[in-house]
Amino acid sequence: MSGTSHRGATLALVGGLILLVAAVLVSFTVGQGEVSVPEAFRALVSPDAGDDAHLTVRTVRVPRALLAMLVGAALALSGALVQTLTRNPLAEPGLLGVTAGASFAVVVATQFLDVTGQVATLVVAFVGAALAAFVVQAVGGADPLRLLLAGVALTAVLAGFSIGIRLTDPDTFDTYRFWSVGSLAGREQLPLLVPCVVLMAALAAALLLGRPLSAVLLGDEVAHGLGVSVLRTRVLTLLVATVLAATATAVAGPIMFVGLIVPHLVRRIAQGSITWLLLLCLVTGPLLVVLSDTLARVLLETGEVPVAILTAVIGGPMLIWVVRRNGAVGL
Amino acid sequence: MSVLSVPLGAGRRLRLDARTSLVCMVLAMLSLVVGVASLCYGSDWDRPADVLAALRGEGPIQVSVTQWRMPRVLAALVFGAALGLAGAIFQNLTRNPLGAPDIIGLDAGAYTGVLLVFTLTVASEATITAAAMAGGLGAALAVYALSVGAGFSGLRLIVIGIGVQAMLTAINSWIILRAQLDVAISASVWQAGSLNGLDWVDVDGPVTIIGVLALALVLLARPMHQAALGDEPAITSGVRLGPLRVLLILVGVGLSATVTAIAGPIVFIALSAPQIGRRLAAAAGVPLLPAALAGAFLLTASDLVAQWLLAPTVLPVGVVTTGVGGLYLLWLLTKEIRR
Repeated sequence: MSGTSHRGATLALVGGLILLVAAVLVSFTVGQGEVSVPEAFRALVSPDAGDDAHLTVRTVRVPRALLAMLVGAALALSGALVQTLTRNPLAEPGLLGVTAGASFAVVVATQFLDVTGQVATLVVAFVGAALAAFVVQAVGGADPLRLLLAGVALTAVLAGFSIGIRLTDPDTFDTYRFWSVGSLAGREQLPLLVPCVVLMAALAAALLLGRPLSAVLLGDEVAHGLGVSVLRTRVLTLLVATVLAATATAVAGPIMFVGLIVPHLVRRIAQGSITWLLLLCLVTGPLLVVLSDTLARVLLETGEVPVAILTAVIGGPMLIWVVRRNGAVGL
Repeated sequence: MSVLSVPLGAGRRLRLDARTSLVCMVLAMLSLVVGVASLCYGSDWDRPADVLAALRGEGPIQVSVTQWRMPRVLAALVFGAALGLAGAIFQNLTRNPLGAPDIIGLDAGAYTGVLLVFTLTVASEATITAAAMAGGLGAALAVYALSVGAGFSGLRLIVIGIGVQAMLTAINSWIILRAQLDVAISASVWQAGSLNGLDWVDVDGPVTIIGVLALALVLLARPMHQAALGDEPAITSGVRLGPLRVLLILVGVGLSATVTAIAGPIVFIALSAPQIGRRLAAAAGVPLLPAALAGAFLLTASDLVAQWLLAPTVLPVGVVTTGVGGLYLLWLLTKEIRR
């Protein structure tokens, strides 16, 4: 595990970071009211309180880029953890119904139980995600395809219920619209400190899980020999992955595909090292979501396209490309 | 009777056939009962005697039964059967329960065609049907072309199909967001799949197309089941896989695109009906007739529930099919794992 054997991964990580910084800078300049790159940079280092452009960049675009990065990292790492742990190349919070569970739980809680507030919403989202994960696991068992089938079925059932709720009460239409298609538009104006702190903590925990997880993947006996508790690692991995997916959904609504695609994209570069896989996901996930969120502001003259639509449009071809390149969908 | 010819000895095969026929008869009876019940339900329940009188052309509710409810019930029965058949075709082709047209993006492609016609040109019944067919075929072609490489792998095809499906669904939402408001509203009513407001004029054309395609399918059923066993057994028994697949794809896309053109993408029937039929019939492959009958029953029952559940609000039937079909599939999967 010396540095030389992962030169490609190091290069990719540095290149990804540079791209990410560039993408974030571009995202500062795009939206209602164009701002030039130097102007955006000035807004960061020497802000002028009277300048509208500076105000836009500092109060809207910077927090939004931060949210996009956090959400992207959370979804990508969640997907990477679950794919690695279950050895299921199709495991992804979106496809397995976990994000659908989280968003449906929030819809029901806000609609029928009057739940408000950051912490309460977060807890509800987590409970929903965990329940959905449990149901899908109980129904699907260990077979990857059956698991996916169960996830698709659960997502569809929840979507049907959501439309039913929407039709009974037109007032929820707007809330529902957000919770059916993930979007970052206007989310940066909400108080989201608690979810963001939770996300940071969970991301750090995910990175720490890289080493024990690689040991567990080598087999139970090897893991014991290395002093790693197999059960604890598995439980912690599932817990962290669920927290990541649920919190990201509570922040941005259900965004599919980031958790599926990003790990597939970087798996080759990571050359079997789980820690490198997680690190690369930590850069590529934010890159994907920041780019999608920037495009989302350009593609419609009258407003914004929800970012989840963009990730699906970008994610579909990427998925196809990865599947074709690998010949099969094996890990 | 389209039962997979598994060489297990004569006695065993006879038993399979008997069970399949029984299942088919029960499903047909159920579809009929639900269909008659749907004829009785309008703004409120009517007595079956009145409905029978109306069918003979007498009585006070004659117009509402024969002109309003009848085309809708017929559409539900025929469209459900068409979706079940389309699902069975693609599940046999891909040798995989997930390979249904609503999963691998064919319905989404057909709907893209419909949306493009709606937003770009003046829509008529013929152009909409043609656009749905073209869109479905385009999506099928894309999925097939992208998944052909080193051999024909069902799993890879489905993953690629899920990618295409996600992309097309996103593009569909984008087209609706960009469209003029009035177009967007009439298009988004369809997005969930709905049989609301169907008339005899809307129904006769699609029913004819579906009938012709179903007849063509009868001829293809035998080689299709042989091909589903695997490439090599199919080739040794004299099946030409290439032309067969093209024909089956054409028929399958035709069936599901015709439904999508009239009723929008009604999801989950094509995915669940063949699997439900297969499990009920305890068949080794995905038999066609149980799939068609299960589809007819599911869609008719779902449409009745959609009209009745939140009355006077009439839900789009697609909402109910996702709920019912999804829950039933989850239940079946649990049952299978406990065994």
